[in-house]
Amino acid sequence: MTELLAQDYLLEARQMQALSFVVHIPLVCFGIAFPALVLFVEWRYLRTGDEMYRTLARRWSKVMVALFAAGVVTGTILSFELGLLWPNFTATFGEVFGLGFAIEGFSFFLEAIFIGIYVYGWDRLAPRTHFYAGLPIVVAGVVGSFMVIAVNGWMNHPKGFTYENGQVVESNAAKALFANSYFWHEFVHMYVAGFIVTGFLVAAAYATYALRGRWGRYERTAFAVPMTAAAVASPVQLLVGDWVAREVAKNQPVKLAAMEGLGQTTKGAALHIFGWYQNGDVIWGLGIPKLLSLLAFHDINSTVQGLDVVPLEDQPPVNVVRYAFQSMVFAGSFMALVAVLFLYLRWRRGGLPVSPWFYRAVVLCGPLSVIALLAGWITTEVGRQPWVVYEVMRTEEAVTGASGIPVGYGVLAAVYLALVIAVGWVLVRLARVPMAEPPDDQIDAVHPLSQAR
Amino acid sequence: MVLQTLPAAVVVIGLILYTLLAGADFGAGVWQLSAGGGAHGRRIRDHCHHANAPVWEANHVWLILVITVLWTAYPTVFGAVFSTLAIPIFLAALGIILRGMSYALQNAANARQRRYIDVSFAAASIMTPYMLGSVIGAIASGHVPPGNALGAEVASWTGGTSILAGFLAVVTGAFLAAVFLAADAHRLREPDLVESFRSRALLAGLVAGGLAVGGLFVVRADSPRLFDGLTSGWGLVPVVVSGVAGLVAMGLVVVRRFTAARIAAALAVAAVIVGWAVAQRPYLLPTTVTIEDAAANDTTLIALIVSLAVGAVVLFPSLALLFRLTLTGSFDPTTQGPPAVPGGTVSRERRKHAAQTAIGFLITGVVLLTIAEPTVAHIFGLIFLLIAMLAGFRAVGPTELAARPAEPVAGRSLRDLLRRPW
Repeated sequence: MTELLAQDYLLEARQMQALSFVVHIPLVCFGIAFPALVLFVEWRYLRTGDEMYRTLARRWSKVMVALFAAGVVTGTILSFELGLLWPNFTATFGEVFGLGFAIEGFSFFLEAIFIGIYVYGWDRLAPRTHFYAGLPIVVAGVVGSFMVIAVNGWMNHPKGFTYENGQVVESNAAKALFANSYFWHEFVHMYVAGFIVTGFLVAAAYATYALRGRWGRYERTAFAVPMTAAAVASPVQLLVGDWVAREVAKNQPVKLAAMEGLGQTTKGAALHIFGWYQNGDVIWGLGIPKLLSLLAFHDINSTVQGLDVVPLEDQPPVNVVRYAFQSMVFAGSFMALVAVLFLYLRWRRGGLPVSPWFYRAVVLCGPLSVIALLAGWITTEVGRQPWVVYEVMRTEEAVTGASGIPVGYGVLAAVYLALVIAVGWVLVRLARVPMAEPPDDQIDAVHPLSQAR
Repeated sequence: MVLQTLPAAVVVIGLILYTLLAGADFGAGVWQLSAGGGAHGRRIRDHCHHANAPVWEANHVWLILVITVLWTAYPTVFGAVFSTLAIPIFLAALGIILRGMSYALQNAANARQRRYIDVSFAAASIMTPYMLGSVIGAIASGHVPPGNALGAEVASWTGGTSILAGFLAVVTGAFLAAVFLAADAHRLREPDLVESFRSRALLAGLVAGGLAVGGLFVVRADSPRLFDGLTSGWGLVPVVVSGVAGLVAMGLVVVRRFTAARIAAALAVAAVIVGWAVAQRPYLLPTTVTIEDAAANDTTLIALIVSLAVGAVVLFPSLALLFRLTLTGSFDPTTQGPPAVPGGTVSRERRKHAAQTAIGFLITGVVLLTIAEPTVAHIFGLIFLLIAMLAGFRAVGPTELAARPAEPVAGRSLRDLLRRPW
């Protein structure tokens, strides 16, 4: 099975995979965090009987189902691509990692079932039953992302199998996926990121209302709930991120070296900001002595392994990884700053901020959160290169022998562009529906069948 | 042997459910395309949409389940199929994207925009089942060799059996959809829709039946081994069951017994898939790879089967709930408003307490996660930080915050950022 077929378009295959992730991962954040926010608002309705909360939860659930639909299909593409682009990876290791996706399939099922019940059951289900119908969506979102990240953790830190002559001769899927301690930091980091991305994107939408003077209690609630979620999550993410970096330093020193552009193994290594990695050094960078050693091992004189511990052909593309990492750190720090400002103002002045500058910053945090998210995944995925299964199978061994990758890539890019435009259009349309009535009543009113409504 | 075969049985069951449920969703797309203009056409399209919208995602997931079981239990077969048949599988995937997009868009579109969406939806609804059917046809007729993309890129899925299976997938979907939608229209007391879908069901049933019978000749010419499997021994049973159930379903549609017709139609279609599976056994890729050749090791298979069993315990009651709500009309349009909630009062604010909790857990969390070294400390540190976030959310109290009278957002200077309250 390991015959290496000539594939001239490995880079295009990797880009096609990357494109599919770029479109899917922000939607995953909404799968992780948005149901929890919607349910929080509905719970306020159950506690207070205030119709405003119900209207808000209901309108958000329309957004949720539209984004879920996009998430379903983009997620399906990813699973197809495991065969369409990387058949040899799946053929060789499917029995080791496949179980994670099989369980993820079930949680995906539950998500789809209960999202249907939740979104279409507003009118008929008893309010409390309706609320409970939303809870499995939250649980399934957690379980599903847990499983997918367990597989990614395994790819970065493969365990639980014996590999000989290009074949898995013995494996234990449960041990490979769940006894592998390596994925926990990825999971926690991603879960917190889910709340930051969802929180800031939704808050950014309502911040534009604040800037245009539409600032009633409905808009303020719709702003404050996601903003608060993002505000408590963003500062904690810095702490989690620091822990993640220490785990990477311990388990994937080459990846850490690529993130920091550390060419040679160094005692008391400096941390470089900006600059460009060339021939084993960061040039034009701003160096802070000993800081890398301190951050990675809590000791200013500790030794940090450099890229030189592996031959050049086993090193990831350093500048891509390094700039992705720095983008994530800077974007994350800016968001944490905005979050702390929000919390400070809440504490000191007891109300929502009044300065337009604050709301402009939140509008900026929307796209920044997505950039940080994607940059983080680029760091871990490109940082794993040239391996698909870390230090076991190279990406070029995994790729399909089929031709036509550039055509598929082009078509998928066009279709995804249309998808992104369509989703954007849906969100704008949903936002414009007049407040007085729930969105679908207004739209369906033109249809005879729905006049019974 | 049982261990190796069980996942294959799950794959077949998954494919049957996907064909019955998602196949009917695709079939509804065919009827949307052919609904025509005018008020009646619009009613047909709306009826299709209302019936599908709550369930299509759940129906779609059966395909995901089939794929994940396939690559876990028979990884080399998965690799061979997806590399050799990359073109039809990619086209099916494109159709799936278009369909999902249509559902997302439909929520927000007005009547004129919905016409365009319906066309793309319907195009996707024909392309996806055709391509998936042709994939099954290619496997069944032995055009997929093991290995990475070693079969013919185009000829593998353009043989007679593939074309037949593709068309059969589209037409049976249309038949199932028409029967299901007639039953739904009956429940909604929409007599004109009942008649429309009844005649569509009869038409599609005739075409599907003709295609199935005529198809046997195609299979005999194109893939004698598959033909023998279908027409002798155990393979003959499902073929006969399918034929009889199909005739019964048509009869029930004629006499307007739609609920029973649903079951008969489903049985007729399911039996076709069972027939294919029986005819092909023990091969997964005729005639090179058997189930035993391809099966993963026993440890993985046991873990998979246990997971599937546990998953099924959760899944089937949930699915039953969804379909009970759908079929009893819980998602139908209603004139009544939502059931009222008795207003309660907000519980006493304990935000100050929550703030203290948040700060306490945050500090402890930092000590345990960031400063301490042992893994156990990190675990507790993370739990503490989680509690700190929850308490922090409570301390901010976003709904109480938003309920306060707010100052308008105004001011130019950056210094306003930290301005004192009014």
